[in-house]
Amino acid sequence: MLLFDIKRYAINDGPGIRVTIFMKGCPLACVWCHNPEGISPRAERLYTRKRCIGCGACVNACPAGALTLTEAGILADRASCRACGRCAAVCPTLAAEMSGRAYTADEIMREIEKETLFMDRSEGGVTFCGGEPLSHPADLVALLDRCGASGIHRAVDTTLFASPDTVRRVMARTDLFLVDLKHMDSGSHRRFTGVPNEPILSNLRMIAEAGADFLIRVPLIEGVNADEENIARSATFLASLPWRRKVVNLLPYHDIGKGKHDKRGTLYNPANLPLSTPSEAVLRRCIDQFAARGITASVGG
Amino acid sequence: MNTTSHAPSCVHDRAIPSTGANNLGMNDRVKRLRRRSFEAQPSLSIERALIETRFYRENYGKYPIPILRALNFLEICKRKTIYIGEDELIVGERGPRPKAVPTFPELTCHSVEDLHILNTRELQRYTISQADIDTYEREVIPYWKGRTQRERIFGHVPKAWKEAYEVGMFTEFMEQRAPGHTALDGKVYQYGLLDLKRRVEGELGALDFMNDPEATDKQEELTAMSISCDAAILLAERHADLADEMSLTEKDPRRAAELRKIAEVCRWVPAHAPRTYWEAIQMYWFVHLGTITELNGWDAMNPGHFDQHLAPFYEREVAAGTLTRDEAKELMSCFFIKVNNHTAPPKVGITAKESGTYNDFTNLNIGGIRADGSDGVSEVSYIMLETIEELHILQPGSAIHVSARTPERFLRAGCRVIRQGHGYPSVFNPDVYVQELMRQGKSLRDAREGGCSGCIEVGAFGKEAYVLTGYLNVPKILEVTLHDGVDPVSGRAVGLKTGDPRGFRTYEELYEAFMRQVRYFVDMKVRVSNYIDRMFAKYAPATFLSLFIDDCIAKGRDYYDRGPRYNTTYIQCTGLGTVTDSLSALRKHVFDDKSFTMEALLGALADNFEGHEPMRQLILNRTPFFGNDDPYADEIAVKVFDDLYDAIEGKPNTKGECFHLNMLSTTCHVYFGKVMGATPNGRLAGRAISDGTSPSHGADTHGPSAVIKSLGKLDQVKSGGTLLNQRFLPSLLKREEDLSKLASLIRSYFALGGHHIQFNIVDSETLHAAQKCPEDYRDLLVRVAGYSDYFNDMNADLQADVIARTEQETF
Repeated sequence: MLLFDIKRYAINDGPGIRVTIFMKGCPLACVWCHNPEGISPRAERLYTRKRCIGCGACVNACPAGALTLTEAGILADRASCRACGRCAAVCPTLAAEMSGRAYTADEIMREIEKETLFMDRSEGGVTFCGGEPLSHPADLVALLDRCGASGIHRAVDTTLFASPDTVRRVMARTDLFLVDLKHMDSGSHRRFTGVPNEPILSNLRMIAEAGADFLIRVPLIEGVNADEENIARSATFLASLPWRRKVVNLLPYHDIGKGKHDKRGTLYNPANLPLSTPSEAVLRRCIDQFAARGITASVGG
Repeated sequence: MNTTSHAPSCVHDRAIPSTGANNLGMNDRVKRLRRRSFEAQPSLSIERALIETRFYRENYGKYPIPILRALNFLEICKRKTIYIGEDELIVGERGPRPKAVPTFPELTCHSVEDLHILNTRELQRYTISQADIDTYEREVIPYWKGRTQRERIFGHVPKAWKEAYEVGMFTEFMEQRAPGHTALDGKVYQYGLLDLKRRVEGELGALDFMNDPEATDKQEELTAMSISCDAAILLAERHADLADEMSLTEKDPRRAAELRKIAEVCRWVPAHAPRTYWEAIQMYWFVHLGTITELNGWDAMNPGHFDQHLAPFYEREVAAGTLTRDEAKELMSCFFIKVNNHTAPPKVGITAKESGTYNDFTNLNIGGIRADGSDGVSEVSYIMLETIEELHILQPGSAIHVSARTPERFLRAGCRVIRQGHGYPSVFNPDVYVQELMRQGKSLRDAREGGCSGCIEVGAFGKEAYVLTGYLNVPKILEVTLHDGVDPVSGRAVGLKTGDPRGFRTYEELYEAFMRQVRYFVDMKVRVSNYIDRMFAKYAPATFLSLFIDDCIAKGRDYYDRGPRYNTTYIQCTGLGTVTDSLSALRKHVFDDKSFTMEALLGALADNFEGHEPMRQLILNRTPFFGNDDPYADEIAVKVFDDLYDAIEGKPNTKGECFHLNMLSTTCHVYFGKVMGATPNGRLAGRAISDGTSPSHGADTHGPSAVIKSLGKLDQVKSGGTLLNQRFLPSLLKREEDLSKLASLIRSYFALGGHHIQFNIVDSETLHAAQKCPEDYRDLLVRVAGYSDYFNDMNADLQADVIARTEQETF
């Protein structure tokens, strides 16, 4: 399976000290995406201009002739790039990198097990995220089973945009879901993420009714979902679920994902949608709105 | 450049830091004392040198050396200026005023030029007036010419040693300071100097001049100890007299009462065992002061497990209603500021480059375990943590000691102070250092009473002389190996001829040549260290300090001459990260992958990688480096560590015991880097080598847990201390739960057998440095929920943004 990162000492992806596994490929394409290199299900070339010393090794290695050395660094013809990875293999500075490396389940388990000492002491575990881990049900289920057999706490960080059947299969093997809730209005959801929200909301209700443990993460973006109406609808919806935890993490928007687009050679927010960081006052209002529905919202997480 | 190897260097020497919200706990007195302490400019005082020179001129040759030294100490105590500052509760200064530092010409005599440099240099300046320089030139310098300890040593050392020393293969601590690193146990809170004097006199009376061939030597030493008791009691009485006198003219009745109280305390301690918490602190302070006045021991002096010693006084008095928690904290703050006022004496010559700091390395041990193995945390431990957090001063250093028994609450309180980003406290693991000490032959009880004194080195407090002899530049030994015994920087042949490396067919051949050189330089250092040990035993006995270290009185022998129960000699090996990464690069690229030849690599090193950037980048990015939980590199580190141990361990010292391995670097990795050319790990000429046992700067790119896994592979019990510096962005410590995760990380490292860890919380200054020198900061991973990227990879706008956030997040 294709991963685009494995992060150790991950402390923002669930309880305790965790390993986070980034699975490549996502059916959504949120305009603010922090990890745009995780969207495509295929390997892709990333290029970090700042690291490049202009040695030209990649230009010579490219079998498709897709690369040119210029004053501004290496220019890539994305259409002819076959993502074969030879440029990354010869690049001395790692300016050229492949996002997406094939791993076997054994290899992934070995990486996870390197951290068991820390997990055990901190009541941490492993978090599968992406991309969208539910886009790879067979691989995900296999890994969840293996972690379960080793007694490792399993979290899945997901949009829940998947078939109910997939969600059910994953749910049976997951200790905690971190669910992204982006927008309550399906039209707006489609506009900003490329997909409607009905499957997400119904899956969320399903896991809640099945008694699964989950917490909600809301990427809070002024201009997208931070308005009073959307938050009220979100809070009302969440309050209507049978839900023990009742915790929402608000993740204030940041345009830090820009840098990753530079590496991919793609444009951040090409339609120039008005995205901005919510003010303190807005954050406070959102927290109050959730609190009014009996839900504890906090910033970060 | 990152030069923070040692907690204290993270704290700025001079600027008054903005304490933000931390003023809460400091009362007005403490605020004033703290401000004055910051504002005091370190200066040189020639008073001690003048008293001593006059004394030596008149008396040298009249007395046996130990008695001469004790009388010299008595003379200083009798004549030195006594100082009691406004607002002070704990009193006593080594010099005539705060941060006025005496010189020790019997060890090393500053030249007129030295004094001018100290007076005018930009960093770590010590002011001195022209009149004092003139007096020094007239009265002090001529007498000591040819008579200093430093001249004795340099007159003796072999040419090969001198050359190796000059090119920076190693340093030698004792060429201008006395062996120090001394920490006390609980004795001084149970016995006053009059009690010790009675014990000394008992031993004197019991000497058997018929059957004991050493009886005469013992008589001299014991007589000197007895005189030293009188000297310190006299010093305290002079403080009492001055306090009484000041109280008569003091207009503020509250201060007048305080001065009378100070007088009362100083008339009781150190002559008698302390009765109160206040007296206990003042007792320790007089002993500290006496020790650093008698001689200039490297790494001043240390109260050891101060919280454990003070806890009984505190608990008794709080229960009796004679002391409040606030008063106890105020006295603790006064003590901290006293330590901060005691700037380290300045050095001359080569070591001025090595250790540019005002810090005299008093390192308080907080928490830990008691001699019976039980948990040592008390309310005083928490008071000390609060004091550290509030005062935020250069000295004293502090460390929390976390055993399996240490309550989580205490560890978390420590983590909260760590989060403030002052570099304090560092964290030690008694469960491992007790094993280290027992492996060296200490009893269980003595090992548990031990801990760390100045930096990370361990010893049995109150029972051991553990002498650090200097740093060994291990990466430079590899550099010399790669040049067949020649130092490529100076062109001098300092090592063995182990063969042209271009002829080595295997990595193992190269490694064996390297180890031959290591053994050669270790042996060279041992020979001279042993000589120096004898010079101190003969010419500079520490007859006051000997009173407090078991079993000097019972044996009638000096601290420097087998008096202590344990006598350890350490060699500190630096640059494990640099040498591991260099060997890994050689093994991988030259021998395994054959990406380039030895010839090509040596050429690139000679050119400082100029014109060889692709090769350097290949090394930096495609070599398994230490600190990433990568077995390829970690196995090399383990082998180097074990082989350094074999080269050093068991070499006899002059005290019937032996040398041990230590892995400390303080700030010496900066000096060692300066004397080196480029290294095979891609490090450029002149750049710092790695510190302690930490990974090379920026080499650890897989986060703190991977670093800990790598370090956990070293069998640290074989050492007398390792050092791990870990860089943390404040965003990793933002929430309460992040502190618990940090605590888990520490516990995990200690479960793997880690000795010490400390955290440098990255500030915006570090990030600016990272922008200028990205390759030293490749480990800086910026994490925001759902996102992470290396700081170096971010564009300037985003970097500016991260810097701005960091400024908000640090305190």
